[in-house]
Amino acid sequence: MKVIVDQHKCVASGQCVLTAPEVFDQREEDGIVVLLTETPPDHLMDDTRQAAILCPAQAIWVAEQEKQEGEQ
Amino acid sequence: MKRIVIVGVSAAGLTAAETLRRRGWDGHLTLIGDEPHPPYDRPPLSKQILTGDWPAERAVLRSPQDLARLEADLHLGQPATALDVAGRRVHLGGGESIGFDGLIIATGVVPRRLPGSDLAGVHVLRTLDDALALRAALLTGPRVVVVGAGFLGTEVAAAARTMGLEVTVVEPEPVPVRRPFGERIGALVADLHRAHGTRLRCGIPARRLRSAGGRVTGVELGDGTALPADLVVLALGATPATGWLTGSGLRLADGVVCDACCRAAPGIYAAGDVASWPNPHFGTRIRLEHRMNATEQAIAAAGNLLGDATPFAPVPYFWTDQYDTKIQAYGVFPPDADLRVISGDPSNGRFTAAYGHQGVVVGVLGWNAPRELRTLRRLVVERARWTAVTDAGPCPPPTVDRWWQSTRPRTLGVHS
Repeated sequence: MKVIVDQHKCVASGQCVLTAPEVFDQREEDGIVVLLTETPPDHLMDDTRQAAILCPAQAIWVAEQEKQEGEQ
Repeated sequence: MKRIVIVGVSAAGLTAAETLRRRGWDGHLTLIGDEPHPPYDRPPLSKQILTGDWPAERAVLRSPQDLARLEADLHLGQPATALDVAGRRVHLGGGESIGFDGLIIATGVVPRRLPGSDLAGVHVLRTLDDALALRAALLTGPRVVVVGAGFLGTEVAAAARTMGLEVTVVEPEPVPVRRPFGERIGALVADLHRAHGTRLRCGIPARRLRSAGGRVTGVELGDGTALPADLVVLALGATPATGWLTGSGLRLADGVVCDACCRAAPGIYAAGDVASWPNPHFGTRIRLEHRMNATEQAIAAAGNLLGDATPFAPVPYFWTDQYDTKIQAYGVFPPDADLRVISGDPSNGRFTAAYGHQGVVVGVLGWNAPRELRTLRRLVVERARWTAVTDAGPCPPPTVDRWWQSTRPRTLGVHS
């Protein structure tokens, strides 16, 4: 899984941080999304997907990647 | 359940469809939308689309590939015209009818208009086509009058003013956005607009439009004065798009009347702007025209259609962007709620505030304070006692008065 955020679309709602605080944060000054990790560990995948679904600005995408051969 | 029909393909309808598929439901799915466009997002329409910061394509909610992945029959540009509850069929404008086992109603709202407003130069803003038409008209450099100072009216005014136009807002209430936010926050919003050169005529209703040769020439106010205008935007609120449900047997009263699980009738659910339901968190029946609610309620309604039977009890979240100011809020805001500033300073353009009603915190608001507001959400979730807020700091309890009429310069009056 790879997470992509669009800071220009973000409306600083913070819903992503409420949903997946290990993956997202907000800038102090304007609340715009900050991605803490592009590739969240497996146990955070559901929360991360939920954050993408709930984002009221559609500023988060989750690209589900096929595991490369040899990758853990 | 083999066939589900979703009427309305904006944020709520689209989310309902995606929820059904994500939950593994693999039956026959039909989506019906009255607009010709693929699903797009509405909040940018009164902001980035209007100012031209974004091209229209940027408001599109899903790529063609993502839409195709839904494996749904997509009927665009076809309004639903009638519902046969007993026969389990939706009738479309083109004469076709589509059968269903399960139905989700997500038809949203339609803008209110003034009588006699079918004139050149008069605009409403709900759809992408509305926004593009309004933007094209704004680019001709008109004198603009916005009738109505709710979120939509104030956002349109801010966008038009940002484009350098002469803008006047007319509002019967004494301050803008009074219904969502109350008088004191409304007065701050008024100050914000004045500081950007937008004229406000609050406390006077618009009586009628003036026109010549089928084109609007101005807005006549309740006191008889007239505001000249080349372009008038009607932002008078909206009514639930339930005309097609008249005679269906579904209960309609300010929207589709649902139970706590968003259910209007067996196998029939509603979500988004069109749905009215009792919110167990606040113990009141509500209907929300908030972007966040469209998503959350669609997820809930689709899940309940699949058998969840879970009451939908969200803490509402909504926001408005005006000029460089972002106002965000959680909760509900009864008109007689008390307001107290929690942090920051309204005169500095950055603060948070809480709303108390019947002894508990029912809402929190952030003015250019997104990160801090998020941490205050728990006050609403936990129904914190109002005394916990009022006892917390040195501020005296706010008074509910007509303080906006007091002499300038304005302060919130809670930092004495």
